[in-house]
Amino acid sequence: MSLSKDEPVLRLQHISKQFPGVFAVNDVSLDVYPGEVHVVAGENGAGKSTLMKLLSQVEKPSSGTILLNHEPIRFHGPQHAQSLGIAMIYQEFALAPHLTIAQNMFLGQEPLRLGLIDRSTEIQRSRTLLKQVGLNIDPRRLVSGLSVAEQQLVEIAKALSLDAKVVIMDEPTATLTEQEIHELFNVIHNMTERGIAILYISHRLDEIFRIAHRVTVMRDGQVVATLPRAEIDEKKLIRLMVGREIANLYPKPSTTIGEVVLRVTGITRAHVLRNCSFELHAGEILGFAGLVGAGRTELARAIFGADRIDAGTIEVEGKKVRIKSPEAAIQAGIGYLTEDRKRDGLAMNLGIDQNITMAHLPVVAGILNLGQERRTALQARDQLRIRTPSIRRKVEVLSGGTQQKVIVARWLETQAKVLFFDEPTRGIDVGAKAEIFDLIGKLAQQGRAIILISSYLPELLNMCDRILVIREGQIAGAVEREQFSEERIIALATGAREIEAQ
Amino acid sequence: MKNIINSSSEVADQPPIEEVGASFTQRLRERLVDVVAQLAAGGALIIVFIYLTFASPVFLTLNNLFNIVSQTAVTAVIAIGMTFVIITSGIDLSVGSNAALSGVLGVMLIVNSGVPWPLAILGGTIIGGIIGLVNGLLINAARLSPFITTLGMMGVARGLVSIFTNSVGVYGTPDDFQLLGQGTIYGIPIPLLVVVLLALLAHLILNRTRLGRYTYAIGSNGEAARLSGIPIKRYLTLIYVIQGLLAGFAGMIASSRVNSGQPNFGIGLELDVIAAAVIGGASLFGGQGTILGTLIGAFLISIIRNGAVLLNVNIYYQNVIIGVVIWLAVFWDQFRRRKFAVASR
Ligand SMILES: Nc1ncnc2c1ncn2[C@@H]1O[C@H](COP(=O)(O)OP(=O)(O)OP(=O)(O)O)[C@@H](O)[C@H]1O
Ligand SMILES: [Mg+2]
Repeated sequence: MSLSKDEPVLRLQHISKQFPGVFAVNDVSLDVYPGEVHVVAGENGAGKSTLMKLLSQVEKPSSGTILLNHEPIRFHGPQHAQSLGIAMIYQEFALAPHLTIAQNMFLGQEPLRLGLIDRSTEIQRSRTLLKQVGLNIDPRRLVSGLSVAEQQLVEIAKALSLDAKVVIMDEPTATLTEQEIHELFNVIHNMTERGIAILYISHRLDEIFRIAHRVTVMRDGQVVATLPRAEIDEKKLIRLMVGREIANLYPKPSTTIGEVVLRVTGITRAHVLRNCSFELHAGEILGFAGLVGAGRTELARAIFGADRIDAGTIEVEGKKVRIKSPEAAIQAGIGYLTEDRKRDGLAMNLGIDQNITMAHLPVVAGILNLGQERRTALQARDQLRIRTPSIRRKVEVLSGGTQQKVIVARWLETQAKVLFFDEPTRGIDVGAKAEIFDLIGKLAQQGRAIILISSYLPELLNMCDRILVIREGQIAGAVEREQFSEERIIALATGAREIEAQ
Repeated sequence: MKNIINSSSEVADQPPIEEVGASFTQRLRERLVDVVAQLAAGGALIIVFIYLTFASPVFLTLNNLFNIVSQTAVTAVIAIGMTFVIITSGIDLSVGSNAALSGVLGVMLIVNSGVPWPLAILGGTIIGGIIGLVNGLLINAARLSPFITTLGMMGVARGLVSIFTNSVGVYGTPDDFQLLGQGTIYGIPIPLLVVVLLALLAHLILNRTRLGRYTYAIGSNGEAARLSGIPIKRYLTLIYVIQGLLAGFAGMIASSRVNSGQPNFGIGLELDVIAAAVIGGASLFGGQGTILGTLIGAFLISIIRNGAVLLNVNIYYQNVIIGVVIWLAVFWDQFRRRKFAVASR
């Protein structure tokens, strides 16, 4: 196979994919060259993931041809695409949690000896591949014990084991911290050096500019433009994506900070959280910063009653509350928007409307008020600009970002006094991000107290009044808005005090 | 949320998005496809019905139809509960044994303790409910899986029936007791009335009440439901109690049909009940199922059994046919969901 940089390794010609009621991908033509990082950008529901699913043969195109090294490829399902060298790292993970890393990496292509799985070869080869992606862990460990970032690297290592020519990554950094992203980019760089083409979907503008060689922008299923990195800047990219200007990505309104609404004292949970105490005021937006796995989500879950705590007290508006379940938390006026919408956020085969009202059903004496439910859902749809042909549509078929908006809508409905937003912009396009931050700002203006958890520091730095940095299950420090700086927070998060001292 | 809407800002002031790609005809098509698909089991029911009408002179006689209805009543009543259970992604294997135990103990209340028969029906139903409660507690407090819990209960309840009766039938109920399973009101069979009323009620509960909505939510994503503040254990327990009550009541219908308590009643009944729900579109993965579908499934199974008897088909073939019907129904259901279903309902 020639790896000439002038010959496209992959050519899409007039590819379309129609779902009932939607043209998810509409007459898309695209060339991908060896060794390039080709970013596909666009709004939620633009058709990016669908396009990638067509390439990896998870979905069958309605029309059009795909050429790999000038050969048209036929549709035979994902296994076939993998054997051709097109590997996909999924937006939602596809590893089997109860198998070991090595077993996952060689799933379906187990090395055999005398008809039995050759475990030692499997483990040895896994180890080599894991090294290539900079992971230094035992391949005999179970996948369920890995962090999201580690799982992702395992998936990439798996793609390498398949000798992939094209690797597709659908929002791979959505859950990674800055450090982990940095490592991922190094891995990507090594892959392109070896002539592997990367198709990369992301909503994070900064990283698009960091790694893209070329950018293709999609809107409503069509390609709006394919441009080399040098010919685009942030403004232009946004305009291409959303078709309008966005004045301010982080519209933080000025708010008056009021009384203490939430006082948390000495929250402890064995092996996870140690003696966490803080106060939260009405109208305040408080950030939780920290590395992935530092305990930000765990602290939120503990306060919300999702996990049991071993010690500690919680006061809402000066009254001590015993929170033993999410139900009790919601009654006390606390809401929690989970970080993993698929696992513990959405009821996938229920409708948009039913998901929106799930935490706050309009009922009288146990009987549903369906008219009220519909009105609530329509209102939320207009307010959050949830793109859907019908509010009764199953959330399963919505694009990732649209699903996220549905969960946001659910928690806005509960009228909680304290709202945790755990990675609320994960997988959301720039336009919608600005809208969600705008909403968060307005909620604060109304006097609600907000806790924002994000792995993307600029979001916290721009939106928060104060940031708590959490490290290894403890609150490592608090930083006031006047003293915000990326370095200071990273130093606290990593425990690198010497940086602070400089 | 309401108060935010009126406030304006640079972001919120953009023109509202139009509904994407949903012309009227498209939406109509979506709905039609859904309705037609849901009628598939109903269509099969009608076809089998018409076929049998012509194939057997006896089929379309009042006597036979009455027979079908009262036979189906037992399965249908339990299947209504099973629909709830399956929607939560649970299963109840103990319903057959439960019906037998409740049916026998209910009859013993009349025969041995002199309880008036209407009260005994209530008593049998409550006994079923207690069995359901034990299931619910084992599942939600002791955290056993529904399969294991109810598999165990299937044995326990069946064993208790034999212990209480020495495996001989209990006789001596007054003739009035037969009303429930064999009586009519204005010519309409009482078991049919009972099924229709219970089905209507269950349909309303599933679609119009908090209990129904939570049933779907728990089955669709239990963790999401819990984190939305739904007390899932309480509701799950309640659903197993409801299933138990219905099984107990069905046991009393069965006893009334034969005017006695039969310890061997209901062996294998749970499979027909589960089949009825599944043929009617309930998914064992949870989150999906309707009462109408389940009823259609229950009647389809009884009509096939009844027709097989009328046409002198070997009893062994009946089971083969039912098995094939289950495959076809589930295959069709999955096919239509993959192909068409985008609306949630
Ligand atoms: N299986 C499906 N059935 C029906 N419609 C679908 C299906 N999959 C995707 N769609 C629709 O196709 C459109 C494109 O979705 P897609 O997931 O490709 O968007 P995306 O660009 O990846 O968005 P995001 O940035 O939010 O991930 C959306 O309108 C979505 O609702
Ligand atoms: Mg996507």
